[in-house]
Amino acid sequence: MYPENFRYTKEHEWILVAGDIATIGITDHAQQELGDIVYVDLPRVGTHLEQGKSLGSVESVKAVSDIYAPVSGEVTEINGILADTPERLNESPHDAAWLIKMKLSAPGEVAGLMSAADYQTYIGAEK
Amino acid sequence: MRYLPKSDSERRAMLDVCGASSADELFAHLPPAVRLQRPLALPAGISEYEIIDTFRKLGAENANGYASFLGAGVYHHFRPVLVDTVVSRGEFLTAYTPYQAEISQGTLTAIFEFQTMICQLTGMDVANASMYDGSTAVPEAAMMAARATGKARVLAARSVHPEYREVLRTYARNQGMPVEEFGYVSASGAIDLEDLERKLDDLTAAVIVQSPNFFGIVEPVKAAAELAHRRGALLIVVFTEAVSLGILEPPAAADIVAGELQSFAISPNYGGPFAGIIATKEKLIRQMPGRLVGQTVDTNGNRAFCLTLATREQHIRREKATSNICTNQALIALMATVFMTVYGKQGLRELAEQNLAKAHYLAGKVGPRFSGRFFNEFVAKVDDPEAVNKALLKKKIVGGLPLGRFYPELADCMLLCATEMSRRADMDLVGQAMGQPVAAGQEVLA
Amino acid sequence: MITKVRGHLSQNEALIFERSSPGKRAYQLPELDVPAVDAAEALGAVNVRAEIEGFPEISEVEAIRHFTRLSTWNYAIDHGMYPLGSCTMKYNPRINELVARIEGLAWAHPYQPEALSQGCMDVMARLEAALAEITGMDAVTLQPAAGAHGELTGILLVRALLEKRGNPRKKILIPDSAHGTNPATAAIAGYAVQNIPSSASGVLDVAALEQLVDQDVAALMVTNPNTLGVFEDNISQAAEILHAKGALLYMDGANMNALVGIARPGDFGVDLMHLNLHKTFSTPHGGGGPGAGPVAVKKVLEPFLPTPRLKRAGKKWAWDYKRKHSIGRVRSFYGNFGVLVRALAYILAHGGPGLRNATVDAVLNAVYIRKQLEPYYDLPYPSPNMHEVVFSDERQAKLGVRTGDIAKRLIDYGFHPYTVSFPLIVHGALMIEPTETEGKLELDQFIEAMIAIAREAELDPEAVKSAPHGARTSRVDEVTAARKPVLRWKA
Repeated sequence: MYPENFRYTKEHEWILVAGDIATIGITDHAQQELGDIVYVDLPRVGTHLEQGKSLGSVESVKAVSDIYAPVSGEVTEINGILADTPERLNESPHDAAWLIKMKLSAPGEVAGLMSAADYQTYIGAEK
Repeated sequence: MRYLPKSDSERRAMLDVCGASSADELFAHLPPAVRLQRPLALPAGISEYEIIDTFRKLGAENANGYASFLGAGVYHHFRPVLVDTVVSRGEFLTAYTPYQAEISQGTLTAIFEFQTMICQLTGMDVANASMYDGSTAVPEAAMMAARATGKARVLAARSVHPEYREVLRTYARNQGMPVEEFGYVSASGAIDLEDLERKLDDLTAAVIVQSPNFFGIVEPVKAAAELAHRRGALLIVVFTEAVSLGILEPPAAADIVAGELQSFAISPNYGGPFAGIIATKEKLIRQMPGRLVGQTVDTNGNRAFCLTLATREQHIRREKATSNICTNQALIALMATVFMTVYGKQGLRELAEQNLAKAHYLAGKVGPRFSGRFFNEFVAKVDDPEAVNKALLKKKIVGGLPLGRFYPELADCMLLCATEMSRRADMDLVGQAMGQPVAAGQEVLA
Repeated sequence: MITKVRGHLSQNEALIFERSSPGKRAYQLPELDVPAVDAAEALGAVNVRAEIEGFPEISEVEAIRHFTRLSTWNYAIDHGMYPLGSCTMKYNPRINELVARIEGLAWAHPYQPEALSQGCMDVMARLEAALAEITGMDAVTLQPAAGAHGELTGILLVRALLEKRGNPRKKILIPDSAHGTNPATAAIAGYAVQNIPSSASGVLDVAALEQLVDQDVAALMVTNPNTLGVFEDNISQAAEILHAKGALLYMDGANMNALVGIARPGDFGVDLMHLNLHKTFSTPHGGGGPGAGPVAVKKVLEPFLPTPRLKRAGKKWAWDYKRKHSIGRVRSFYGNFGVLVRALAYILAHGGPGLRNATVDAVLNAVYIRKQLEPYYDLPYPSPNMHEVVFSDERQAKLGVRTGDIAKRLIDYGFHPYTVSFPLIVHGALMIEPTETEGKLELDQFIEAMIAIAREAELDPEAVKSAPHGARTSRVDEVTAARKPVLRWKA
């Protein structure tokens, strides 16, 4: 369920690192909690993100959830499909409906994030 | 008391169920120190007849049966009879906010129609279900512009309603939003485009202009838009006289329109309640404050309406909301909706044409101070505005608004408004009071 | 067995634009008594608009049918109870509508001479005095247009006072049980919001408060009774803690319907508060507004109140604009006068003793509901409740039925739903406030309905989850409405 090659945050974001570029999304657990997603608010390309700070938000009909940057860096790409079809985020949170790509400024930050196994334990405990 | 539908025996039966031997016991858990130890110092309740009598007497202390040439943000227009017929229906009057769409389709449909009509009138893509009034719509629009541009500074024309500018300042002060003003051209009464250009900079989030402005003058909206956009600022156009939209080109060059709908069958009511609107272009939808009604379907595929995009609002986003506003002026907006429906496409145009005719007749008698084009309000120069108004009062006419209180440089001027309700004979008397000779057969001012 | 309602036919009705056709009219203007003016000449051709495309063109008969049909699709207080928590959906007395339309009052222009506006000013002065007495405060402003507007005014007053004392401070403390307008207001007023968690018993955690109040805290915003319907019995203590550190206590007056004539916020340490005239004082909701949100303050805050204020000038009333410490205007003119008239009429009808009786009945009704429903719905906080009670859907949720479903099923029983999923401190909340204007029959029918639905949750959960079945529409698709917003009609 939770890809082994991702790393995870307590705020239910995932990150996939390839060199100094990372892809970021929200987890399946997160999209389930949110319910039907209606809108995704993403930062502009070029925005500098700081680990732990909000980079945008995801909205369902009755709730808004902030998305927090798992690591620091600069936004290089945002996923265009989410503007017209935010529901893809419910369907494919771990692949087609990634949120942003970014260039890492402090790759060492990744080591502090959870593994898939740790994340599963974490959400198991949360229930 | 006739509003309390329980008999004493019912109360006793209910207290039994509650396990209390008296109503006092229900409050026994309160700390004694907080309890009010005496009755409220208010007289006993009075009968229906006495209530009506009280308010009739209060109404009699006010102007009754006076003709009025006051405008300045509140206008005397005829209210079609159907308006009160509709809003007096209990299903509209006593209904709650339409959060439960399945049993609120009446309110929701009417608001959807309202939003549509405002878009049709203003040339904007989307309109909300109303703000408290025109004056608070202005800072809300300014805050929208600040959010959308990421900038803070606001430039407001001096020819925007003075009280609206005061309200803007009250809000802006706490938003880290510097507000500066730019002037009007002394000859025309329209905004000073050169002054605007000088004062614009790259830190400006919004330029605010009113058209027709406080002096009644039609503003060069397109030119203002060009100047603003060149510097990455948004243009907010304000209106206080909604009837003007029946004949004036809508401000399509604006990014946000903020206005007041009091002219649309809302009684002057000594200043409120009114209904403001914010209308804007598609791209700014998510920055809009206030309620929005959207079209959808139910589980059977039938068209239905519901409140939507609620995630902008306070009950969800709390401190990150686009505004703290909760209320929309639903019943007032409904009055406006009925008004717009009754007059319709032809009627609103004809109504505006009548207003134009009346005001230009009066201006012909009195002579406008400014050369700019005007709709149903204009400024007249007169040596002693107070004296003129005093003379008019003797004929049960309330004259125009002396402008000295808001514009010291115009202390020798008054703002006059004529609508479809203004009578020729009264306008002739106003002309006389301002020094015009009496024409043959006219009533004479004492 | 549903006793309160039965289905009946309701008319279909298209949008007004879909009913329009060119040339139909519902208006007639009189002939002009002055010469007509050519629009292009008077305004400049470039300023004259083309016709208003798509604007309605219908006859008077169609107009009245249109709006009448629409109205029949609404539920309203005139139909039956709204058990909405913290909304105080009480009867809207019709006499209020009559007096508000008295011509001398309704037609008054805010700029007409003061000598000819004494009636309006007298209405406002009387209401100010009555509200000051009811709240135990020293001065009242009637300017704010709604509750949230009153909150904003209040927080601006706090800022002004603290600024005068040398430091406006940075934060407002807000309980996690607060209405959403509270933190939104604090943000608009330029303050940071700090949440203060409620104690295990649902009231203010005074120990936590003591920890949190420092020199950066400007005020605590509290609702009393709180959104659980429970009286904040530590409120005087909270006031002391705040005052000792130079901070203020703001009370959100949304739940005043539990206190009128029983306790006065000014007597238990509140420095300023707002009232909702469209809640406690019976002015009609009208489908979402207008309201009015007067703010009542202690003497120390009076100089900062919005301008202008009423003052006595000999035997008459006058508007005082010379108020150098005022926060300025929060809206144009003087207030929602039309709403103020209705509130004053309500107060006159009840009178002092009557207002207290109304409060007693409001609390009796809510406690009665609590007692009857306790066996069927989980009660998360066992403290005594006042005018409202909060249950949770915990028992039903185990069966897959949530508070939102129960609310929709209540519609089939002939009631408007209670407040769903608020306050946030209760998971799956059902927040119920009957108000004093409900009789025993209506209350008993409500209780029977809630009990029946609790049974249905066990025996026939699908009936609940797919409700409502008998309304004008079935459940609407809010998701599509938000994903693909259609906010106006297009040809």
